[in-house]
Order: sequence, then C-alpha cells, then structure tokens
Amino acid sequence: MTRQQVLDLYFMEARAKLIDLAAFLDRLDRAQGGDDFRIEAFRRALQLLHQKNPERAKAVLLALSDPSSEPIARANTKAAAGAWPDAP
Amino acid sequence: MRYIEPHGHMVSRTTDDYQAMVTAGCEAVCEPAFWAGFDRSSADGFYDYFCQLTEHEPKRAEKFGLPHFAWLCINPKESEDVELAGEVLALIPKFLDRPNVIGIGEIGLNKNTRNELSVLEQHIDLAARHNQLILVHTPHLEDKRKGTRLILDAIQNDPRIQPGRVLIDHVEEHTIQAVLDAGFWAGMTLYPDSKCTAARAVDMIDLYGRERLWMNSACDWGVSVPLAVPHAALEMRRRGHTAATIDQLIYQNPLQFLSQSGKFKLMK
Repeated sequence: MTRQQVLDLYFMEARAKLIDLAAFLDRLDRAQGGDDFRIEAFRRALQLLHQKNPERAKAVLLALSDPSSEPIARANTKAAAGAWPDAP
Repeated sequence: MRYIEPHGHMVSRTTDDYQAMVTAGCEAVCEPAFWAGFDRSSADGFYDYFCQLTEHEPKRAEKFGLPHFAWLCINPKESEDVELAGEVLALIPKFLDRPNVIGIGEIGLNKNTRNELSVLEQHIDLAARHNQLILVHTPHLEDKRKGTRLILDAIQNDPRIQPGRVLIDHVEEHTIQAVLDAGFWAGMTLYPDSKCTAARAVDMIDLYGRERLWMNSACDWGVSVPLAVPHAALEMRRRGHTAATIDQLIYQNPLQFLSQSGKFKLMK
C-alpha cells in the first residue's frame, strides 16, 4: 500500500483514537486522587510514539511488560493489570 | 467466503452466535478447555466440563451443520492448585479417544508462577505420551512477554515435541517473532480491547508472512466477537489482499495444522 492509501484507510480511525486518548488524559486530570503504576507506565509508553522507530507497537508492548525472566513463587491475583507494577 | 474458527469457547455463547458464524461461512469450530470465570471446586467439575465439550456441545453445533472439535486440559488460571491439577490431568486420557478431541489445550501460563510451570510441563508430557497436538495460551498483557519465553523453553526442553505440532496462541508484536523463529505455529487472537485488533493482525501478516499463522476470535463469556475472523478477512480485503491469500489465512492454514490430529474432518 502507498502512504496515501494507508492515510485514506486509517487516518479517521486513528484521529478518533487520538482524541479519545486526549480526552482520557483530561478526564484523569479532572479526577481526584493520585497516579498509580499503570498511568505512570502509560505516560512513559506515550513518549515512544515520538520516536522514529519502525516497531512502535512492539516498543509500547515491551514498555508495559514484565522484563524479568524467572517464574514467581506465587501469584497474588489471577488478573493482569496492563502494566508491570514493579517498574522503577 | 469460508473459514475455520480455530479457537472459540462456544459453551459461553448463544445459538444466535452459531447461526451468525455459519451464515458468515464458518465450516468448523474448535473449542479449547478454559477457565469458567470462577474456580471449580473439584475434579468432578472438570469431568462434567469435559463431557460438555465432547458430548453436549458437538450436538448443539451439529444443529447448525457445524463440526465441533475440542482440546482438553486444566487451564493455567486453575493450575496454581497442583493437587487439583493432578486429579484433572488423570481424567484426561479417558477422554482422548472421543471422536471430537484433537489435542491438549489451551495449556500455558497465567501469572508465570512455579506451580503453573510445573502443571504446564505435566501437560506437555501428557501430550507427548499420547501423541497429541498442543494448543498454548500465552499470558495476558504485562505477563505475556515473560510467559511466552518460559513456555517456549518448557516445550523446547522436551525433545519428544515437534514444534510443527504446537500452536502458540495470542501472539502480539513483541512475541510473534520468537514463536515463528522456533518453528511453532502462531495464533493471533482478535479482541476489541486486548490482544490484537484486526488491523494489527493484518500488519503482522504483512510483516511476518502467511506461513504457520492463523487468526481466531477466542470468543467466550468476556468482551469478544464471535465474527472476529470474518471481520479480519474484510480488513485484509480492504488492504488489497487477494481472495487466495485470505483463504490461506482463515481456512487453509488452520486446516493444515488441525488435520495433523487425524480426527479433524470437515463436512463434505
């Protein structure tokens, strides 16, 4: 596909997602209370979008991932949070 | 258009979903054993579930002219209890000869614990001893990268397992390369909020090719879309993929992998 074709096919969808993202951050700012590890990881991942990297999706997924390699002794929950709680 | 749904939890879906899938061109559905959304209190609960997957659900699908196949296991979310897992693993061989059982799955990891890994290794051994295909669930979200690596290591540590008889499911951009490079099949799960959208799945097809790759809806009791595979076919069409390429991804590839079981047959 040409760049023009990609823009024709996906620009409006991406535009809508971009505005949704901005509205989410505005909503968060209006809300009471502090941040948690998820939004901190989210903000770090947002920075990756500015980089000239042909694998931005992969970079974002890795930024939100547990980087360790050994199995853990026991889980405290069955659910995943979407970001790694122990990120520095 | 014709397609195979290689991963759908139909016990959680309505007859309307069966009707819509068949209308859209679905020619077979495969149902891996999974977590019910709550922990079963005993192995008896799994016995009943395995009967549901091998007796009741095929009959329900048959009413819509749809062949139904099943994978059996204790899922990773309930594998933390190794005693229960051992009891469930002991039940599985009794079901392996049933006509719609095509392998062991969806096994894998959830939170990447030692107990989950131990139960995964027992499933791999079970599959090897009974010459079964393997379907692997990789963990969710932040646990996927690490879990996928642990799973690949565990399978590769067993020399009896041929990578071409294993499908690693729920791959995303950060895991697909390692799965394909190791010779395994890879599944892309099309979910609205997690795993992978149709557009991203087609990106991965563009980047990694059409071999040893399939797409599935993994429709279940959560947010999921039973028609996600035909929707992804539409996405491929919008991108200019040919009818033959689409057919390879949504029909020929799953047919090729699943036919290795010997029991996977489509209606003539």
